[in-house]
Amino acid sequence: MSAAWWLGLLLAILRLSVPYVTAALGGTLCERAGVINIALEGFLLISALGTALGASHGALAAVACGLASGVAFAALYALMVVYFRGDQIVSGVALFMLADGLSRVLLKAVYGSTSNSPRLAVLEGSGPALFLLAALFLIVGLHVLLYSSVLGLRLRSVGEHPQAARALGVSVLNVRVVAVLLSGLLTAIGGVYLVFEQRQFVALMSGGRGFLALAAMIFGGWRPLPAAAAAVLFASAEALGIKLQASDLHLPNFVLQALPYLLTLLALLVRGVLRGSSHAPAALGIPRD
Amino acid sequence: MAIEYTSPQGLCGKTPDVQARLDSHTANEGSPRRDKTRSAAGWSAGQRSLRWRLLGVTLGLVLLNGLLLLPTGSSTGRSTAAVSRDRLRVGLVFDVGGRGDKSFNDAAYRGVERAQRELDIEAEFIEPGEGTDRESGLRLLAARGFDLIIGVGFVFSDDMLMVAKDYPQRRFANVDYAKFDEHGFVMPPKNMVALKFREEEGSYLVGAIAGLSTASHVVGFVGGMDIPLIHKFENGYRLGVRSVCPDCRVLVGYAGTSGDAFKNPTRGKELAMAQYAAKAEVIFHAAGSTGLGVFEAAREHKQKAIGVDCDQWDEAPGVILTSMIKRVDVSVFEVIADLKRGRFESGVRVFGLAEGGVDYVYAEPERGMIAPAVRARVESLRQQIVAGAIHVDGERAPASPPKAEPRDAPPGEARKGGAP
Repeated sequence: MSAAWWLGLLLAILRLSVPYVTAALGGTLCERAGVINIALEGFLLISALGTALGASHGALAAVACGLASGVAFAALYALMVVYFRGDQIVSGVALFMLADGLSRVLLKAVYGSTSNSPRLAVLEGSGPALFLLAALFLIVGLHVLLYSSVLGLRLRSVGEHPQAARALGVSVLNVRVVAVLLSGLLTAIGGVYLVFEQRQFVALMSGGRGFLALAAMIFGGWRPLPAAAAAVLFASAEALGIKLQASDLHLPNFVLQALPYLLTLLALLVRGVLRGSSHAPAALGIPRD
Repeated sequence: MAIEYTSPQGLCGKTPDVQARLDSHTANEGSPRRDKTRSAAGWSAGQRSLRWRLLGVTLGLVLLNGLLLLPTGSSTGRSTAAVSRDRLRVGLVFDVGGRGDKSFNDAAYRGVERAQRELDIEAEFIEPGEGTDRESGLRLLAARGFDLIIGVGFVFSDDMLMVAKDYPQRRFANVDYAKFDEHGFVMPPKNMVALKFREEEGSYLVGAIAGLSTASHVVGFVGGMDIPLIHKFENGYRLGVRSVCPDCRVLVGYAGTSGDAFKNPTRGKELAMAQYAAKAEVIFHAAGSTGLGVFEAAREHKQKAIGVDCDQWDEAPGVILTSMIKRVDVSVFEVIADLKRGRFESGVRVFGLAEGGVDYVYAEPERGMIAPAVRARVESLRQQIVAGAIHVDGERAPASPPKAEPRDAPPGEARKGGAP
C-alpha cells in the first residue's frame, strides 16, 4: 500500500461522497421542516436527466437545467405533500417511479434509447473538483442556515411543533415549501455531479444513492454535520471495497461486497453505545393541519 | 446451492430499502404524540380516508401498468389479429434496458427483424418497465396466441418457466436461461428452449488479445453482478490472458450482488480507475451499463478497454481494443427458422465459437487496434478451440474462493450444433 494507493483511495472517497453528501443534506433540510423525503432518489435521477438534456446547449446550460429540474420536481413534491397534504411516503415513492418512467420516456424521445444517452463530450473538464468545493461549502452553509438564521429557527420549529410556530405567526405552508424546494436544489447538485462525472446519463444511474443518503441522514440524527460525516463514511466503505478488489490482498469477494454494510453496522453500534441526544423531528410525516 | 436471481432492475432491487423506510415511518406515525392530537373518532375517519386514498393510488398504478405494457414498436401494427393465421407469429419481450441499448436487446431485435425479412413472419415487441411487467408481458403474448415467445435475458428464467407451464401449446425461447434449484440446473419444459452461449470461449479470445496488448503485464476485468453467468466471462478471459502471458496478473472487480450492479456506471468507473491505477492497461467488462463507466475511466487514463455483447467501438472510439460479441441475433433467428420448418427442439441449445454464437470484433486496418501478429496468434487459438484441442472451462478456478457453484449446464449435455 504505497502513498499513491492511499491518495487514490482518498480521491475515490471524495468522488463518491459528493452525491451522498448533497442528498443527505437535502434530506436533512427537508425533514427538519417536518416533511419526510423519500423522493431524494427521484430528485437525484431527474436532475441527472435534466443535466444530460441541457448539455446540448453547453456545460453551463447543463448545470442550470439539472438544478432547475431538481427544483421543479421538488415543487411537484411540495404541491403534493405540503399544499395538498398527501401522504409523504406514498408521494415520495410515486415521485421516484415518475422520475424513472419519465427519464425512460424522454431518453427514448430524445436519444432513441431507453437505457442511456450518448456521451456528452461538452461536459469534459475540471467540473468534478468544483462540485467537491460546492459540497464542502454546503455542509457549512446548511449548518449555519439551520442553527444561526431566522429561517433556520422557523424551519426547525415547523418541524417540531407546527401549531406553536403558527401561533407565533410563522406560515407553516411557506416554510415547508421553501424547505422542500431547497432540498430539491441541494440534492440536484448530486444529480448534476453524477452526469458530469460520467459524461452520460444512464437509466437509474442514481443507483440507490438517494436511499443510502436517507440512511446517512437518520444516522446523523437529522443534523447537517453528522449527516454529511455519515455520508462520507458510506462513501469511504464503498471506495475501500473498490480499491481492495483491485489490490493484491486477494480477500474473498463476498467480504469486500459486504464491507459497506459491515462498516455501517459497526458505526450504528458505536452510535448506539455513545447514545446520541438526537431524535427525529417531532412533527415528521404529519401533514400540516 | 440454489441461486436466487434477483431482477436486474432498479425498483425491485430497491424494495427492501423502501420497505425499511416505510416501516420506520409507520412506527413513527403510531407515536403517542400523534394520538394526542386526534380524537378516537377522528383517527378512525382518518384511517378510512387513508384506505380510500390507498385504493385510489393502487388503481391508478394498475392502470398505469396496463398502459406501459402496450406493445411498442410493432412493425405489423395493431392489425395482427385480423391477418390470416398461417403466418408465424413471434413475440419478443426485452430485458430491462430495452431497445436501443446497443447491446443484446438490440441484437435480439435484429434477429427477429431478419426473420421478418427472410421468413415472412409477424412480430411484436414489448418493453417491460419493471420486474413484474416481464411476466405479464409473456402472459399477454401467450394469451394472444403467439406461436413463439422470446424473452431476452437470464432474468426471464423464473417467469418463463412458470408461463411455459401454464401455456403448453405455445413455444418459448429464453436467451441466457439460467435456472438452478437445489438439484442443480433445471431443464426447461418440452415447449421451451434455452439459448445459451459459450461466453467463456469468446472471452478467452479477447483475453488473449488483452494479454498480448499489455506492456505492464497487468490486465483487468470488471463484472456487473457477481453471479455464475458473469463468472464465465471472467474465467474465460483469465484463461485466455494466461495462455499467451503466463505471468500476467488479472485484476477482478464486481460492481455488486444485485441486479442494480448492471446499471451503475459511477461504480464501474471507480472500479476501472482502481485497476488502471494498479497498472492495468486493458480492462474487459461484462457489466451492462456499468461498463460505460469503465470506458470513461479508460479515456481519462488513456488506456484501453474491451467491450461486450456487441461491437461497442462507437461508445469510445480509439479506446475500445475489441469487443467480445454474443450473436444473440443468430440464436434468435435460428430458433424462429427451426419453428418455421416445423423442427422446434426443446431443451438447451448452446452457441459457441464453432457455431458462430460468440466472436470478437476485428475491424482492421481501419481502427488500428489489433496488430497482424496478434490476430494470427488469436486465430490459431480459435482453431484449437473449435477443433477441441483447447477446452475453455467457464467455471471458477479452484484457486478463487472455494464456493460450491452450480454448473451452468447439465453434465454430459450434448453439444447441439447451432448451424443448420
